[in-house]
Amino acid sequence: MKITNHHYDVVIIGGGVVGCAIARELSRYKTSIAVLEKEDDVSWGISCRNSGVVHAGFNYKSGTLRAQLCVEGNKSFAKLCNELDVPYKKIGKVVVAQKKEEIRELKKLKTQGEKNKVESLQIINSAELKKLEPNVKGIAALYSPETAITSPYMLTIALAENALTNGVSFFLNTEVKSIAKLRNSDFRINTNKGEFTSSYVINSAGLYSDKVAHMVEKNKYRIYPCRGEYYVLDKNASWIINHLIYPVPKPGIGGLGIHFTPTIDKNILIGPSDEYIKQKDNFSSTSKIMKMLASESQDFLPLISSQYIIRSYSGIRAKQAPSSEGGFWDFVIEESDTVDNFINLIGIESPGLTAAQSIAKKVVGIINKKEELSPNSNFNPFRKGIFRFEEQDEETKKALIKQDPNYGEIICRCEKVTKKEILEAINNPLGARSLISIKYRTRAMMGRCQGGYCQTRIMEILRESFKLNPQEITLKGKNSYLLTGYRSNKENKSCQKKKLLSLEEELLV
Amino acid sequence: MPEKEVIIIGGGAAGLAAAVACQKKGIEDILIIERNSYLGGILNQCIHDGFGLEKFHTSLTGPEYAQRYIDQVMDKKIPFLLNSMVLNLTPQKEVIVVNHHGLQHYRAKVIILAMGCRERTRGAIGIPGARPSGIYTAGVAQELINLKNYMVGEKIVVLGSGDIGMIMARRLTLEGAEVVLVAEKLPYSSGLPRNINQCLYDFDIPLLLNHTVVDIEGNGRLSGVTIAQLGKRGGIIPGSKRKIACDTLLLSVGLIPENELSREAGIVLDPITGGPQVDERGQTNILGIFVCGNVLQVHDIVDNVSLEAEYIVEGVAEYLEGRLNKEQEIKIELGEGLRYVVPQTLHTLKDTIFSFRVNQPGEKKVLIFEDNKTLIKKKSLRRVNPAEMIRIKLTSRELKSIKSIKVRLV
Repeated sequence: MKITNHHYDVVIIGGGVVGCAIARELSRYKTSIAVLEKEDDVSWGISCRNSGVVHAGFNYKSGTLRAQLCVEGNKSFAKLCNELDVPYKKIGKVVVAQKKEEIRELKKLKTQGEKNKVESLQIINSAELKKLEPNVKGIAALYSPETAITSPYMLTIALAENALTNGVSFFLNTEVKSIAKLRNSDFRINTNKGEFTSSYVINSAGLYSDKVAHMVEKNKYRIYPCRGEYYVLDKNASWIINHLIYPVPKPGIGGLGIHFTPTIDKNILIGPSDEYIKQKDNFSSTSKIMKMLASESQDFLPLISSQYIIRSYSGIRAKQAPSSEGGFWDFVIEESDTVDNFINLIGIESPGLTAAQSIAKKVVGIINKKEELSPNSNFNPFRKGIFRFEEQDEETKKALIKQDPNYGEIICRCEKVTKKEILEAINNPLGARSLISIKYRTRAMMGRCQGGYCQTRIMEILRESFKLNPQEITLKGKNSYLLTGYRSNKENKSCQKKKLLSLEEELLV
Repeated sequence: MPEKEVIIIGGGAAGLAAAVACQKKGIEDILIIERNSYLGGILNQCIHDGFGLEKFHTSLTGPEYAQRYIDQVMDKKIPFLLNSMVLNLTPQKEVIVVNHHGLQHYRAKVIILAMGCRERTRGAIGIPGARPSGIYTAGVAQELINLKNYMVGEKIVVLGSGDIGMIMARRLTLEGAEVVLVAEKLPYSSGLPRNINQCLYDFDIPLLLNHTVVDIEGNGRLSGVTIAQLGKRGGIIPGSKRKIACDTLLLSVGLIPENELSREAGIVLDPITGGPQVDERGQTNILGIFVCGNVLQVHDIVDNVSLEAEYIVEGVAEYLEGRLNKEQEIKIELGEGLRYVVPQTLHTLKDTIFSFRVNQPGEKKVLIFEDNKTLIKKKSLRRVNPAEMIRIKLTSRELKSIKSIKVRLV
């Protein structure tokens, strides 16, 4: 697909949670918008690889954009998730002190949080901690009831789908190669899929935001990739904790420390580590960090054992602070001072997920000051996600199967995902077709057997739905093909069993 | 709610054998519930031969072996449901089944669990490295090649020397792929000796013992793995790392009995076997729920699965007739040299088949059953191997009036 001469009022570079939130926020106004994403789906950079925490905002230095946008984002997050049909649970967080000297740090955090207008923070003693978290070792804690969890990739997908419904164009597998400012003051954006022109460019390219900024102005920013590795635990371990459990943050490190995150789907995440690395696309797990995660988790939760581990993964933070310095620099959200209408978002690391909508509003504010945007009266803030069979009561389940028998076929055994849900995911409005895209939309393949039962079934459904050759089925787009072809060129029907008629089939309802 | 005498969850090797055995015992009201669109379970993708040597005294392929039982099921008109998944099992022996027709509750006097096992994955064993496509468990690759007719890759490294891994190494070679090597982290193979010979050595595929995969590379598709040699204590021997270019990593690193339904029903599991704890008739802690096949313990030969299913049906019949009494409770104590024993408990002292796996390979060993230092039975074993399950029958005469049992291997 070669695109030529596409003009948009605004081109957003990067389909992460921030880029998609900006797209949706801008679609409230009469503007033409395009989102360019280099991967096969939205959210695949930083947005699908974090803890999914909706932070309350006490960790960030008062007076910074990070603190302000995080607290704003936290307060409007439930509404956002409600509009977009995205899971959200306000489960609360405890920052646990294990040594006496750490209690002073807890008090500092509380004071900072209150200054940032975070509500209901409390220091609790070991007995109160025991009540909240019977299995956690600690002598005191800062309890933050306003901290919540969400699904970061589902939110990104939902923002994108809602933006799409409201008229935003999405271009996947579209990587920006260069940007030029034309004489008429428009931008010409050269991509692997052809040229785009636009009046505004929003650089929300995450890890690559420095590179994109350099395309129009001299080296001003630099992003240092800082990798965080995680373990994912089986749902069978979900009883061990009730809240988000964090250590007292140590100064000078790139993250908030190894913590325990109950996910929306009842898994537990352990991590992330923080390690400055050279490449921005090296999402490997390392044996050194995997060992460290396993041993450090023992300090807080001796009940966690390796038998619960079902997966490991890693994410990469887009840090402005170099490794020599560590810690956090404030978000950069501003129009370039040398190139008009070029808006940079640099160093959007944690709490970027929490702040995404507030960041989007701020960006729209920058444009609105220059343009007098007129509201789009057709804007619809609501989006419906894929209806989950497993979460319904029995009567609803029965009715669903009657309405569509595909609800009666469980494809993913571990997560109880039906064929109907897989089909809806395959036909997603963004047109993402890889196994990972289906996984993020349905949870299929995320359970303890990691796709052992359902992966081949999903590959078959994909192939049938789009009449694909086996080689065209991918794990995550691009070169991630799963099969190298047919076993032989001739289709061999003889190894497929004839369908046996079930004797009970007639007896059933 | 429809009521059945016996509901069998799973229509694979264990479930089919249990159903046929039930029917032979005169139990009429049976229902097999199978999630696939066909009976026979995993046997259908095991198109190699070697099945049935013990049971039928001939070498059959997996589908042929299954067909022998399917024919009997069809012939005797034993009812079964296909494309039907059990969503829930309760201690009251109710199951909820979902299929295209809807949700259906059933109650049964006896439930036989025959759900089989699943494969251990990369995540569970924690192989470091990137996450490209081209990493398959051996069973998934087998399904793709043998049932779906797809080829999974061209240049392959196999990690783990379980039986399916070795069988797949041969299968992929026959299909034109290059299998570079099989790496096994233990000092011995975890598969059967006959498979090492027939699947690896006959095809010049090297088996590297004390080796494992320590890194995976590839951005889209897998582009290579790094293997390393392990020392006596399991650490990487310095300088032994080497990169191997390949497009596929096949994992054959163990099987886990599929007991999610059992766990939710409150059935007590054995942490070593991964299957339910059972007594001499395969009965779990919930009366009337019996277990057989790979969901109880992972077997190496399907014939033993069938035999185990037939054996526990003795208990099912007795239970239905009200003759299965818990006369006493003797916990079987496990001594040195053994990894596990099934059953874990005895409630009666009838003829009982015990299954064992040993901790490590050895020669000239003796298996000793004792009742508080008094010898019950002794059995000499010329060769023992963790890959080969040991099955030994103790008769009611040998077990008569014992108070305890300890088993050990010396």
